[in-house]
Amino acid sequence: MRALTWHGKHDVRIDTVPDPEILNPRDAIIKVTSTAICGSDLHLYDAVIPGMMAGDILGHEFMGEVVETGPKSTLQKGQRVVVPFTISCGQCFFCKKQQYSACDNSNPAETQDLTEPLYGHAIGGLFGYSHLTGGYAGGQAEYVRVPYSDVGPIIVPEELDDEQVLFLSDILPTGWMAAENAQIEPGDTVAVWGCGPVGLFAIQSALAMGAEQVIAIDHYPHRLDLARGLGAEGLDYTQTKVGEALLEMTGGIGPDAVIDAVGMEAHGFAPDNVLDVVKQKVGMVFDRGHVLREAILACRKGGRVSMPGVYGGYLDKFPLGAFMQKGLQLRTGQTHVQRYTDNLMKEIRKGKIDTTFLISHRLPLADAPTAYKNFHERQNEWTKVVLRP
Amino acid sequence: MVQRLSEPWKTLMTQHRPLHPLSATLLFAGAAFLVATAVTRTGRRKSVNHRRDDAPVSASRVSTPEDGVVVAAAVTIDRPREELYAYWRRFENLPSFMENVEAVVPEGDHMRWTISAPAGQTVDLVTKITEDRESELIAWRSVLDSEIETNGRVQFRSLAEGRGTAVEATIRYVPPAGEIGRLVAKLFRKEPKVQGRHELKRFKMLMETGEVTTAQFHTPQNGSTGD
Ligand SMILES: [Zn+2]
Ligand SMILES: [Zn+2]
Repeated sequence: MRALTWHGKHDVRIDTVPDPEILNPRDAIIKVTSTAICGSDLHLYDAVIPGMMAGDILGHEFMGEVVETGPKSTLQKGQRVVVPFTISCGQCFFCKKQQYSACDNSNPAETQDLTEPLYGHAIGGLFGYSHLTGGYAGGQAEYVRVPYSDVGPIIVPEELDDEQVLFLSDILPTGWMAAENAQIEPGDTVAVWGCGPVGLFAIQSALAMGAEQVIAIDHYPHRLDLARGLGAEGLDYTQTKVGEALLEMTGGIGPDAVIDAVGMEAHGFAPDNVLDVVKQKVGMVFDRGHVLREAILACRKGGRVSMPGVYGGYLDKFPLGAFMQKGLQLRTGQTHVQRYTDNLMKEIRKGKIDTTFLISHRLPLADAPTAYKNFHERQNEWTKVVLRP
Repeated sequence: MVQRLSEPWKTLMTQHRPLHPLSATLLFAGAAFLVATAVTRTGRRKSVNHRRDDAPVSASRVSTPEDGVVVAAAVTIDRPREELYAYWRRFENLPSFMENVEAVVPEGDHMRWTISAPAGQTVDLVTKITEDRESELIAWRSVLDSEIETNGRVQFRSLAEGRGTAVEATIRYVPPAGEIGRLVAKLFRKEPKVQGRHELKRFKMLMETGEVTTAQFHTPQNGSTGD
């Protein structure tokens, strides 16, 4: 089959690779009909995530048609499914607590060794996202082997198009969980840093959960426009002192909840990477640490901090004093996708959630290398790319 | 495949690369001399030697030569201990999660283990059960004329309601003498602890999900394990 493979920094190619096979009883093989490039794929593209090997197939946002099933799969050939990016067994302690992204069994035994020394525990398996999360072949390909296919994939009703449901794989539930982690109460003001797909869906979700006022912070004009289109007010941090603006816009009290959705993942995982990346990022683009520090300082006393943006290593100058003295709460984590998909699917069917506004480009899989390049270099216009194998 | 990794990660990736086949083996297959071991009231392993706290002996910073080489690992498995014990007690099942154990065949009250060794060779090992408590504990040791001398035990301890079973395995061994011994000793220096964790994790996967997780997407062409 044809697949997008990683070969190093800014080097991704369409290669011919072996077709996937059923290897375990609960597997299914999906023929991909739509797959997206995620902002977090750009960190693989920038080679700041360790644990990549040349030839790895990328992509963790995909959907398609079931073409083959193992004897224990509950799927049937011909069904259309969206596949969550988190691989979850459904039967371990964590899956039973609906903490699906913490699954104990989905990361193979050998690759669990990679994150145990860093985090104290191994993290769960993910599609197409380095060997730290198992080294699973991803969905920017013609076919994908989906393990535990009786737990993850969501069956798509016939009347819905691919584009209406594709983002159930990651960014829609991720934005939803970010808003849920902000524990929004009626009347709340929520400030969201970063108007990428996750930030935009967090804005949409926060408003759906009853937030009175949502303030979006970014510097790309087009992305701020998209946020405004959803009902948020926008702040361009290159023109505005964000902290001062937030105080004034909330009558001096500060936002009740703050969401760090910058999603750079760019700090890398090892201490030396962290320093280098911090040095690189200071300047025109957001520096991760900067966003989190600014958010904590802006947040009202007793408020909530939600952090959907992914961190890998250590963070310097975390304002622990402000955090403690103001009595803040922090909630974060990789998305427990399977916890949210049923409800979000219902909302999509009822027409209450639309995700298609985000898509800026639709291209064949063969054009994926160019798509990566443009998505990387022209973030203002290239908000979301959908590829069709 | 050429790896391109940032420097600090090379070390980690190397550690994760497959261990020598023989190292796996010895893990659950065994150890030569037995250090006195006490089982506390809660059922945790505890060495009676030189210890001033209640930690498992494998977590010790101060192991003495008499402790031998100790490999221990624990996992929590969300299945009843009766079921876990029953699966393990059928030693023929062990190759389903112990990568380098090719076969275990009962011979009367003994078990013959066939373990894959480098260059297509195999090593044979004969063990006998030294202690067997239904749904609680199985202990075994190699018989005197075995190629490898070893002893091991696996314990199944029920946790609080809804928390499953803690499975704790401990293996002690002294590297044998002779040609095999030198090879074994070399292989053992750093790997067995890692292998032990892997074996128990695969046991957990198999018991909880019915399969051993793999991230492969096709059968490797050359028939290797794909590691
Ligand atoms: Zn994503
Ligand atoms: Zn699980």
